[in-house]
Amino acid sequence: MNTANPLPQACATARVIEALAHTHLYDCYQCGKCTAGCPMAAQMDIAPNRLIRLLQLGRGREALDAQSIWQCVSCQTCATRCPKSVNCAGIMDALRQLSMEEGRVSPAQRRVMLFQKAFLDNIRRNGRLHELELIVQFKLAGFMHDRRFSLLFKDATLAPKLNKRKKLHLRGKKVRDRAVLRRIFARSMDHS
Amino acid sequence: MNIGYYPGCALHGSSDDYEESLRACLRALDVQLQEIDEWICCGATAAHALNQKLSTALPARNLALAERGGFGEMLAPCPMCSMQLIKAQKALAGNEGLRREMSGIVELEVRGTTRVLNLIQVFEQVGLDRLKAALKSPLKSLSAACYYGCLLTRPPDVVEFDDCEQPRSMEAFLTALGAKTVDWSYRTECCGGGMTLASEETVLDLSHKILSNAAAHGANCLVVACPMCHVNLDMKQPDIERRYGVRHGLVIYYLSDVVGMALGLPESALGINRHFVGKA
Repeated sequence: MNTANPLPQACATARVIEALAHTHLYDCYQCGKCTAGCPMAAQMDIAPNRLIRLLQLGRGREALDAQSIWQCVSCQTCATRCPKSVNCAGIMDALRQLSMEEGRVSPAQRRVMLFQKAFLDNIRRNGRLHELELIVQFKLAGFMHDRRFSLLFKDATLAPKLNKRKKLHLRGKKVRDRAVLRRIFARSMDHS
Repeated sequence: MNIGYYPGCALHGSSDDYEESLRACLRALDVQLQEIDEWICCGATAAHALNQKLSTALPARNLALAERGGFGEMLAPCPMCSMQLIKAQKALAGNEGLRREMSGIVELEVRGTTRVLNLIQVFEQVGLDRLKAALKSPLKSLSAACYYGCLLTRPPDVVEFDDCEQPRSMEAFLTALGAKTVDWSYRTECCGGGMTLASEETVLDLSHKILSNAAAHGANCLVVACPMCHVNLDMKQPDIERRYGVRHGLVIYYLSDVVGMALGLPESALGINRHFVGKA
């Protein structure tokens, strides 16, 4: 497999993405099939095939700043249909991880990142997701970000409807050994 | 039949109607589920979107717990969980260094010997013949759009289940149980998955397209095997109708709901009365 890099210095981001996504970015020959099947492409600022092209050209920063990496719904259609087996969905994951780690998340998409962070924080503490706690945590983080009261209280009317269907659980079932979760998280996030 | 059971967070949260349904249905078919002790969240999209190592570690611990419990097979009824578990399993199988590293990270030796099954595969093990023999109430009134969504069949090299573009495994059960199934275009399109809270508009838009296509092809209900698909198509359906000024009124059944109904179980025993959209 030829992954010879024509621009070794400028393509540092591409190398990191390849390692994180276990894929060969330079195999992409821009057929556009990923974008053709993407359910979010019509709303995206930079479509999947163009993100890959930016990475190939050493313009990784533009890819990391893109809104589209946070609009992606991880449906795996792009990677499934790629004739060159480029793991496009994995590239989206890798771009998100790097974008967050480097503090480059597009302000318009920050809520999505805050949700994923709140989700991880929730399972780090409980071992299993506690939905009600996640909602409160995410709503507060979102409010601190954009101060929009409308979003803070938007889903409040859902609570009685869930309760009526016995779907609202005030207390989550936690795992007994929660200390091991903190150790797993610490080891996984340690980059050394 | 006695198999391990990994419920995943959704089935112990607001999608516990799915757990109620599949437990009742599988009990009637003599499938005993044994919950994996101390199972933890698979990490879902949050882990694979923010930290690749964590998205292998969390499923790896669950695989190790299943092995410790001595389970040769384990049902993971949520496709996100089952995909994540199988993905981790395959990554470990191909890389001894990674397997050792992960065993260290999760503090349990993980070998990846437990076979992970989705709900459809458990029904396949029960077999069409046994289901037909147990059939009490044929599903004559149903014109079902079987909806597979994303992760039951994708990525295909990970889950290796059914045809990723034209799946038909659910149709086989529905037809055998007396229902009609419709041919339609959105069976593997995405409903928006876990974006329900983070980006509601995305979910409303994608799910509206799915419901509209199912209705246009003559469906009077959808059948799913995923808790997130159910949340987006059922719980959000009134919001979709309000936003787009339409009336879908499509009941969203879990696969175990319709199998259970065909076996003669009452809707209340399957948790169908706890859905948001009821029969017209």
